[in-house]
Amino acid sequence: MTQTVAAPSRASTGARRRTNANQRRQNRAAYLFVAPFMLVFVLMLLVPLFYSGYLSLFATRLIGGSQFAWLTNYIRAFTDADFLAGVGRMGLFLVIQVPIMLCLALFLALAIDSGRARGAGAIRLLVFLPYAVPGVVATLMWGYLYGQDFGPIAQVFRALGFGAPNLLSASTILGSIMNIVTWEFVGYNMIIMYAALRSIPSELFEAAEIDGAGQFRIAWSIKIPAIRPAIMLTVIFSIIGTFQLFNEPSLLKGLAPNVIDNAFTPNYYAYNLAFINQDVNYAAAIAFLLGIVIAIVSYVVQLSTQRREARAS
Amino acid sequence: MTTATTGESTRPASSRAQDPARPRTKRAYNRDRRRSNLLTVILWLLALYFILPIAWLAIASTKDNADLFSTFGYAFGHFNLFQNLQDVFTTSNGIYLQWALNTVIYAAVSAIGASFLATMAGYAFAKYRFPGAKILFSVVLGAIMIPLTALALPTYLIFSQFGITNTPIAVIVPSLVSPFGVFLMRVYAADAIPDSMIEAARVDGAGEFRIFWQVGLRLLGPGIVTVFLFALVATWNNYFLPLIMLNSSNLYPLTVGLAQQQATSAGGGGSQALFSTVITGSAVSIVPLIIAFLFLQRYWQTGLASGSVKE
Repeated sequence: MTQTVAAPSRASTGARRRTNANQRRQNRAAYLFVAPFMLVFVLMLLVPLFYSGYLSLFATRLIGGSQFAWLTNYIRAFTDADFLAGVGRMGLFLVIQVPIMLCLALFLALAIDSGRARGAGAIRLLVFLPYAVPGVVATLMWGYLYGQDFGPIAQVFRALGFGAPNLLSASTILGSIMNIVTWEFVGYNMIIMYAALRSIPSELFEAAEIDGAGQFRIAWSIKIPAIRPAIMLTVIFSIIGTFQLFNEPSLLKGLAPNVIDNAFTPNYYAYNLAFINQDVNYAAAIAFLLGIVIAIVSYVVQLSTQRREARAS
Repeated sequence: MTTATTGESTRPASSRAQDPARPRTKRAYNRDRRRSNLLTVILWLLALYFILPIAWLAIASTKDNADLFSTFGYAFGHFNLFQNLQDVFTTSNGIYLQWALNTVIYAAVSAIGASFLATMAGYAFAKYRFPGAKILFSVVLGAIMIPLTALALPTYLIFSQFGITNTPIAVIVPSLVSPFGVFLMRVYAADAIPDSMIEAARVDGAGEFRIFWQVGLRLLGPGIVTVFLFALVATWNNYFLPLIMLNSSNLYPLTVGLAQQQATSAGGGGSQALFSTVITGSAVSIVPLIIAFLFLQRYWQTGLASGSVKE
């Protein structure tokens, strides 16, 4: 897994003691290099994680204060219609928005990498630009763009003689949020895939080209399989991102207060539970559950692709 | 994940048949290839989708409030940019400047710290074999999957027990952890630093830290820029963490500040004049990061491309 520098393969026994001393010194150096990160990692990641798990097992009652409550919070979550609706919404996100976003990113990465479009470098930067826009600003901006009275989308529709669509209604809000997230992250995913494409040895498809393979064939049979690890990375990041949706619903709530409820996304729900309802224990359970759901979904996705790969080989 | 293999071993068998004298410039063959007009048109149409909202923001920031609501989104009204900018920087006694300064401080300190920690750790994971390396790295890798939400709330509760909520520390310290940065650096360092160079430095009597400092860091440049930029964007754009950690508005970063301004202006109450201020403030807030990406693009794209995502 790790690449070694000190290969202790010097055969002479006289040198062994010195080698051991060297190895020890190198070990010490390695630990010192890793220590600062691991310290912050433990304090800011592992400790809160376990604390969150601990908190989720308690319940605060009016009388008696905080009491150990076993899995009450989790049972409550599984029967909480608001929470389940939020999870369902994210499930919808996962099966609609994530594939659209990643396919678009993959198409752009392949198209730019193929070198067949004029100005590909400029396009690459323009597509990536939204990633540099904070989610808050992106949401504010799209909020104005969606606006029914003065938003340019509505203006165009009206100019064409159609009625202005209400992009912030109960039936459209999820799609509108999907669009914001897609806009923000296509470029990021595209860059990761593009970088992976650049590191494929070009001999691979030069040979295929000589054999008469077309661009689509090369993309499908050589390039996409070659960057599968990078694609997996974007899939996992997208799953994590989806379940963490917070900025978009919390900011759009100002524009569509009756459409977005407190449990619109699980993350937003956890926030509201903790900071509005002051129910820290239940919020911790929701957050923890969310983490477990993400881990399971990511794991299943990884496993299924590995199995497919195993079957293919 | 598998080891990042260095160059040669990944070469396919077919490449052996090639003329060895031919230089292995990766994409040289692309240049004399025929362009496709259809693909060019499709790509530029797609690019419009990404650029039009930003163009709207730029145009809207030049309009006054009246024009904002009376003119077409992509048409210019009275050129009011300078007045808007003045409003942005003077509203509420120039709180915007304070937010901008906070953002710069939070993001710069976090990103420098995070990339430094990630670089050291990634380098060690890539270049040393030490007891426990495997398990430690697996734990770090697994942590990429932990959602921020699961952490932000307990972190807040822990911090409030120590009385450090509502301080810059509460925003900066949690942002120092970048498991993905460690992952990127490990893969990058494995590729970018030849083992023989480290060995040579050792033979010359350099200590491990001197090797890291004088050999490692120099070769890791593009990788560090990549990790730095991703960490910078993550903190610059962070909304959730400062939102829960901070409650005095002069500690807010731009994201939280702008969101509050937007809430006030959308909430009505005669404060409609704020719309142009929020829009112009938003436009101003995205300029620094875009400049950073444009200026450093050569480095971060190299950093990503030369190994970082090759698993």
